[in-house]
Amino acid sequence: MKNGSSVQVRLPSELGFEKVAMSTAASMAALMGFSEDRIEDLKTAVAEACINAIEHGNQLNSGLTVGVVLSTTDDRLEVKVIDDGAGVNSAPHAPDIDRKMHGEEDPRGMGMFLIQALVDEAEWHKGPPGKSFVRLVIRLDKENE
Amino acid sequence: MQAATSVTQRTATAASGNTVNILAFGGDISSASKDAVLGAFHGLQGAPSRILLDFTGVDYINSSGIAIIIQMLLEASKAGTQTIGIFGLTPHFQKVFTMVGINKYAALHKDEIAALAAV
Repeated sequence: MKNGSSVQVRLPSELGFEKVAMSTAASMAALMGFSEDRIEDLKTAVAEACINAIEHGNQLNSGLTVGVVLSTTDDRLEVKVIDDGAGVNSAPHAPDIDRKMHGEEDPRGMGMFLIQALVDEAEWHKGPPGKSFVRLVIRLDKENE
Repeated sequence: MQAATSVTQRTATAASGNTVNILAFGGDISSASKDAVLGAFHGLQGAPSRILLDFTGVDYINSSGIAIIIQMLLEASKAGTQTIGIFGLTPHFQKVFTMVGINKYAALHKDEIAALAAV
């Protein structure tokens, strides 16, 4: 695959379509030579980013789409997931399973944590409508760490 | 557009001689799975003390689906279930379940044989 290749996908704001982005990201990562376990990590991170964009960013509005831009360099795959929301205000936090099991914390709310834990870089950017995005990166030089 | 969740229920005898209820999931475990997953748990007769969750047939799991599993574990704990085990997860989702701490409340086993040996 050529250095600097880019693929763009637009998803309807409907849950389930995150799998289209997952498959695309997995295909590009496989072409770049990422291992199967890193690809699985990326698939989950991309799915969670798209779910957040569909549910929270675009609020399941069928008139809006989620943009997914996948870009490669020699040693890294970057995925931007763009929505029309105002962006996230909170930083990812590790789920507290004890609080969840005692009903003191919502069982949900693990998406951002998983994203950050599963990729090499994760950044959330706030912006005007259509400009808020999360940026994920996996790097080939992290393959054996 | 979300794929459906299937749940089948069966019983098995553990190595200890105890009867174990097994809920075998199939398809996707996502936000659309709540009725299927919790409904299957609520449909178990009485208050089973040992339950195994079989993910062998699951194609896709996301954080919303994991939250439903946590909710089921919470309800099982309140109902007095003593042991819940999980088997059939891919290595990736064994890692994810461990990252979010589910293994603290439900032991993760490689397969059904290992799970039945442990409960």
